[in-house]
Amino acid sequence: MKTLILTTAALTLGSTMAFAEAHSTVRMGTEGAYPPYNFINDNGEVDGFERELGDEMCARAELTCEWVTNDWDSIIPNLVSGNYDTIIAGMSITAERDEVIDFTQDYYPPTESAFVAASADVDVMSGVVSAQTSTIQAGYVAESGATLLEYATPDETIAAVRNGEADAVFADYDYLAPIVEASGGELMFTGERVALGGGVGMGLRESDTELRDKFDAAITSMKDDGTLNALLVKWFGDEVGTY
Amino acid sequence: MFAFCTDPETLSSLSWMLCYLTTAKHMGLYYAFGTVLLLLAITAPAALAFGFGGAVMARSRIPPIAWIGKGYVSVVRGVPDIAFFLFFVIALDQAFEWLRHQVKCPDWGQPVRQGNDFVVCPEAKLPLGNAPQWVHESYGFSLAVLTFAIVFGAFAANVLYGAMRAVPKAQIETAEAYGMSHRQAFRRVLVPQMWVYALPGLSNLWMVLIKATPLLFLLGVEDIVYWARELGGTKTPQFTAYPHGDWRMWYFLFLLIFYLCFTKVSEVVLERVMKRLTKGQATTGGESQRKAAA
Repeated sequence: MKTLILTTAALTLGSTMAFAEAHSTVRMGTEGAYPPYNFINDNGEVDGFERELGDEMCARAELTCEWVTNDWDSIIPNLVSGNYDTIIAGMSITAERDEVIDFTQDYYPPTESAFVAASADVDVMSGVVSAQTSTIQAGYVAESGATLLEYATPDETIAAVRNGEADAVFADYDYLAPIVEASGGELMFTGERVALGGGVGMGLRESDTELRDKFDAAITSMKDDGTLNALLVKWFGDEVGTY
Repeated sequence: MFAFCTDPETLSSLSWMLCYLTTAKHMGLYYAFGTVLLLLAITAPAALAFGFGGAVMARSRIPPIAWIGKGYVSVVRGVPDIAFFLFFVIALDQAFEWLRHQVKCPDWGQPVRQGNDFVVCPEAKLPLGNAPQWVHESYGFSLAVLTFAIVFGAFAANVLYGAMRAVPKAQIETAEAYGMSHRQAFRRVLVPQMWVYALPGLSNLWMVLIKATPLLFLLGVEDIVYWARELGGTKTPQFTAYPHGDWRMWYFLFLLIFYLCFTKVSEVVLERVMKRLTKGQATTGGESQRKAAA
């Protein structure tokens, strides 16, 4: 017990002054389960649109960045308590989130969300609809009159439709499109598409204004020289909204 | 991993499986088994130490020390594990950072709490913001070990406390009659004999501890449950060379078998330990061993 306390004390107060400088490494927090935005590839690394975008932004802002993954559910609390410095996880800018954290300007135009079901005749306004917890889509379903079925990961919302627990899933169109394409007719789009949220931006702590300005400038420069549009088309196809 | 894995689409099912199961992503899963076993290997003795300390304190003749010991046991046992894991770890982490903040940045102008943000000076961050990812992971892991040790230590303290009382009083009195001090009697007579009474309770705790390891995921450590869910989920061909349907069931079945085998092995080992400890003890088990030998 004594050694335990001593070790803890050493760990806590241990002098590691040698390399202490503000934000010399920026930790990029993402979910890693939301292709094409972000996902873990076969090599076990974070990949996707946001990986490429984030790396380019860090290069332009001359920052060293490191990628970490975190559960979607606790992604905001862990940012606020300082476990990483940014959220770059396909997070739409909304007024509720803006009260807790800050956002950069959007790097993806306001998104369209869509319903996907196993058959075309599902009534998405009154049936059982699955959505990921704490997303704008979950909020929309809760108010639409349909029965909301929430899941912690995007993958589980799709699985719920496949095994019949939910009639339809409501999520970002860009997340659903590759899944519908790969399902070979088993899943299909249904109902109207809905425009939700104020675009996708990068989330930062409210006290971190300096870092936010750096990333904001990087996004502006990527919008200006067209690299952002090229990235969007590369990952989301030709019909994606561009700047 | 293997040379023939470069183009998985052309492979037959067996070699496809072989390639699939040896992707770098799967290595994360296998590595996570090591993490879980390491956690158990460190946590079990640490929890036992906490438990022993707690039991000794609870038995103390000095009232304040006894209160601390008893308070530790009853408070920690009474709080739901999941609440403890969600609240305590964040509080512990922030307490460490706040302490370091006070020591290292006495001239820091801003408040530590700014609205929702918990902001300490960069030198006080734990681990430092620019530390490599493995440092962050080991830090998370040590927080997990400490939390597990405190929680299971409280239960172990209660078991050991009961076991110490179960040792017949006459044994201690005899030891003292031989001229041993209180401390000597405790060390030479009570502690060696209490284990046989403690083991059934401790083995229970060990089993619960094995099954509690998925709580690691709550602490941000990527454990086997995280990987099973991540790897088992449906994979579309656009984003992986190994597309497959919803295989979570198989991954979780594998975990189930792993946990069952692990608890079975534990049972066998614990049974042997019990036999060894019963030898020569004034218990019914010890008595029947003596009769069988005679």
